[in-house]
Amino acid sequence: MTENVISARGLARTYKTRKGPVEAVRGVDLEIREREIVGFLGPNGAGKTTTLRMLTTLIAPTAGEATVAGCDLRKDPVGVRRRIGYVAQGGSSAPEATIGEELVDHGMLYGMSRADATASGKRLIEQLDLNGLWDRQTKALSGGQRRRLDVAMGLVHGARMIFLDEPTTGLDPQARANLWEHIARLRDQLDSTVFITTHYLEEADALCDRILIIDNGEIVAAGTPEELKRRVSGDVVTLTVAHEGQAADAAAVAKGLSSDGEPEITGVTVRFRVTSGAEVLPRLLRELDGVGVSLAGVEVHRPTLDDVFLTLTGRTLREEAA
Amino acid sequence: MSALRETRIVFNRAMRLSLRNPAWVIIGLTQPVLYLALFGPLLRKMTQVPGFPPGTWWQVFVPGLLIQLGLFGALFVGFGLIAEWRSGVIEQMRVTPASRTALLVGRVLRDVVVLVVQAAVLVLVAVIFGMRVPVGGVLLAFILVALLGAACSSASYAVALITKSEDALAPLLNTIAVPVMLLSGIMLPMSLAPHWLRTVSEINPFSHIVDGIRALFRGHFSSADSMWGIAVAAIIVLLGITFGARTFQRESA
Repeated sequence: MTENVISARGLARTYKTRKGPVEAVRGVDLEIREREIVGFLGPNGAGKTTTLRMLTTLIAPTAGEATVAGCDLRKDPVGVRRRIGYVAQGGSSAPEATIGEELVDHGMLYGMSRADATASGKRLIEQLDLNGLWDRQTKALSGGQRRRLDVAMGLVHGARMIFLDEPTTGLDPQARANLWEHIARLRDQLDSTVFITTHYLEEADALCDRILIIDNGEIVAAGTPEELKRRVSGDVVTLTVAHEGQAADAAAVAKGLSSDGEPEITGVTVRFRVTSGAEVLPRLLRELDGVGVSLAGVEVHRPTLDDVFLTLTGRTLREEAA
Repeated sequence: MSALRETRIVFNRAMRLSLRNPAWVIIGLTQPVLYLALFGPLLRKMTQVPGFPPGTWWQVFVPGLLIQLGLFGALFVGFGLIAEWRSGVIEQMRVTPASRTALLVGRVLRDVVVLVVQAAVLVLVAVIFGMRVPVGGVLLAFILVALLGAACSSASYAVALITKSEDALAPLLNTIAVPVMLLSGIMLPMSLAPHWLRTVSEINPFSHIVDGIRALFRGHFSSADSMWGIAVAAIIVLLGITFGARTFQRESA
């Protein structure tokens, strides 16, 4: 099934401030299909969280339309709330409350019976590696554990459309990788659709089927991580030939395959860009062999989403995040 | 009705968390008890001063302390809400389909229960010290205190949600609470006040609630004073809850 779980048209939000209106989000179009993990990537202040808060009914759009999990965002916000799970950026539990209490109360606010909420909560803490912590106060949890509790709260009522707002911010690399596994499992085992905002490129790259890049309140690019990387700069292939005399021959072959003009020769190395290094490599090697060039080495540098972001916005995400 | 169920869930949760830290409930009670023990005796002789209202000094003073308890106890609940907001609990509740009014009323009811228990302890201590008041009057007084507390706690939550800052909330609440307290004749009855001050205090709705409770403590259940007190408390609670509910429904909350 490839039904759209979210479709939005021209979703916009303008804030009134003393200095005049501020357009936080300027008309976002979205299509998110079932069982997709979609990353919403952008620097702080780009409009990620505002868009997420609109889609989760926490704030009303000032323009545009959207359907989320089959319900109209404007006409039936309560229906949307019933069908989505939301994991907020800044945590969601009271320090004095225990994991069990938080999960059961939250489930009951979704209309579940105490017994159902308890069963669902217990199942989730097991799935999220929080075994044995049911009666632990949330203030006694580690950062990673608390984050997993937040995720469990977002899932307790069994929603199949999950929103996560910067879920791994502030976690150490190990806790982050661990949470990625859990998020991937939401889709793989529970058939959920996941919408995740992040300003970590490696997170979007590792986790997401599709990425939307937002900057200044507008979506500036969308595609799979691979597509985005390919579209922006292509892969850089660096050949190292055995003898300097062969560099020109290698460059001639390279030119035929290059996606971006003249190869660049420096001593025994020849650098050029191709759309997809993986596709070009076999042919390149064959042709080089054909003209008798012997290689000392070949290297393909895949662009990172960092490169993508830089090309699209002229800035790096890291500068923004700092 | 689901809003009632949701109110109960929010109430149970709030109550459970309050009971986990009963220190605050006890600290909130020490102040009025201190007033009763350390300030009350000063009033004993005041009953002979011309203009002092009818009744024993207990019947004049304890109603004032009940109002003080209600006013200060309930007005400052907003601080707890800011802490909840900061830890993400409010937003986490707002993404559920639960009624926003239930999120408010559940918390307000918890505050009312805490307040009435505190009021009962205060009256009990006063009785041990020697106060004699009609039981019916005390029970009706508790209802007035509960209404007053509901209004104040609801308003406090609303202001907390609007400001979202303890630094703004503290001076704001003190600016409201102190003049309201002074102008309601809590410490000394307004019948001792010069004419202008008495006129000003009559504008203050809380002074009517104090007078109402004093009348109830004397056993004058159907007097004008007690009727006024009940009417004013009912109006205040409507205003307070409306203000709170509207703020909770606003999206920026």
